[in-house]
Amino acid sequence: MSAVMITRKVRKWESSGKEHFLLRWTRNDGPQKGVFYLTLFLIVGTCLTVLSIRVSRPIAASTLFIWAMITKNVIGACPYLAIHLSPAIPVFAIVLFLFVMAMLLRTSFSDPGVLPRALPEEATFIEMEIEAANGNVPAGQRPPPRIRNVQINGQIVKLKYCYTCKIFRPPRASHCSICDNCVDRFDHHCPWVGNCVGKRNYRYFYLFTLSLSLLTIYIFTFDIVHVVLRSVDSGFVKTLQDTPGTYPFVLVCFFTLWSVVGLTGFHTYLISLNQTTNEDIKGSWSGKNRVQNPYSHKNILKNCCEVLCGPAYPSVLDRRGLMRDDLPITSSAAVPAIRSNPVPQTTKTTAPLIPNEHTPDDTKPSIADTTNPHAEKSSPSPKEEKQPTLYKALHSPSLQSTVWTYEKTCF
Amino acid sequence: MATEFHNLQELRHSASLATKVFIQRDYSEGTVCRFQTKFPSELDSRIERTLLEDTVKTLNTYYAEAEKMGGQSYMEGCLACATAYIIFLCMETHYEKVLKKISGYIQEQNEKIYAPRGLLLTDPIERGMRVMEVSVFEDRGSSGSSLSSSATSGGSAQR
Repeated sequence: MSAVMITRKVRKWESSGKEHFLLRWTRNDGPQKGVFYLTLFLIVGTCLTVLSIRVSRPIAASTLFIWAMITKNVIGACPYLAIHLSPAIPVFAIVLFLFVMAMLLRTSFSDPGVLPRALPEEATFIEMEIEAANGNVPAGQRPPPRIRNVQINGQIVKLKYCYTCKIFRPPRASHCSICDNCVDRFDHHCPWVGNCVGKRNYRYFYLFTLSLSLLTIYIFTFDIVHVVLRSVDSGFVKTLQDTPGTYPFVLVCFFTLWSVVGLTGFHTYLISLNQTTNEDIKGSWSGKNRVQNPYSHKNILKNCCEVLCGPAYPSVLDRRGLMRDDLPITSSAAVPAIRSNPVPQTTKTTAPLIPNEHTPDDTKPSIADTTNPHAEKSSPSPKEEKQPTLYKALHSPSLQSTVWTYEKTCF
Repeated sequence: MATEFHNLQELRHSASLATKVFIQRDYSEGTVCRFQTKFPSELDSRIERTLLEDTVKTLNTYYAEAEKMGGQSYMEGCLACATAYIIFLCMETHYEKVLKKISGYIQEQNEKIYAPRGLLLTDPIERGMRVMEVSVFEDRGSSGSSLSSSATSGGSAQR
């Protein structure tokens, strides 16, 4: 009986990156999951201690019920405020809370704008272009860094080559070492949300921080109002005895307020200038000798509209699709075609390639990559963008090696 | 004798892929989706410049329409925000509608213009909107590379 080779069908998501937003529940990525759960707990816990089941109708969520049962006898801020001031107060808090949760989940579970890796033909095509542009490199010398210069709105912008994804990154894109993907309009990788923040989910992230700030301020204010009203009625000391549960959460609110409001303010500033966190940290557009931001409309309102109310970009990741069994390029036909053109007449970028400045941290030799497609990347390329230092304190990226996905494509 | 591929099925069955040509993105106007209209010289012998340039220009106008910052996109954005983006579960966004138009257009162009010349355009969305891939096919069994009279075959293929 002849042996039948069963080839496992490879899903496309398996071959690109290792942090998958839809599949985070199935993957064991401890620190990432942990921080996300903490975020959920803090938000849910803080809100639910204020909202009591006595005023609001029983809501389906089991956590809501458990928290409410625990806290309804501990504090009664919600009914107190509803009776003495207005029932709209807790209702608005619930609505705001739901909005915050929706934005958090949306940010966390949506594709930030991941750029899929280049298929082998595209990667080879780009390599050919690079080699043609470099010309003959004398033996022993390092080839020049892989940079492509493009002109955007009159400014020269450098596009870097990503060794993992085998593409020249589009402008504003960056490689996230945690997610191991190039992300379009990369802002930062947010550990609280457990996902990268990029072109597609930046507005959800901003709305999350904004609504969370509002919710925190709202709860903080009404906690204080509640304590004050009770103290007026029954004295401060008695109030302290009656509502012991409020105070830890007031404290949490106070500290959360400064960090979340600060973050919202920072992102509002970035949006008004049409900059990303990554660009701000690297100082791409600041300084006299540097290029001015070519993406800004020079008008705050226009910048805000573009970032927040722009079109909803589709995801270019086909998550459920199978790796296509692409038609093989017949080697006999392809190789003579390539060799016959000593200088391939390929489409070039609109600006002529300006002689590149020699950057101190140089690239790996390009030939090694092409000749050994199964090589494991033992260390991240120096050209890959490092995690912005602001967020390094929150999470140290695990720079694990990734097997180059070339071997996964079926011929 | 020049072989003609009359439809995409014939192309797949009787042809083998010789090479792929990639039309890159044009970033001169920012990060909006635009493709370079510069004609790749590998396709010189396969198709007329104007045909490919027209296709690329039409696709560029479609993408510009999809990404246009105007009243409609703002309304859509504000409405979606007001409903906490739940409305996107029920409604198709403007961009997605235009993408459907684009894939219909590419399919039509492939059938009418590119398949008869042994070429196949791939929808850029399948390549992450980074490149437009043009697959160049050779007739299996023939060792020659180019269709000798692409101009005449182009004329007859035009409907």
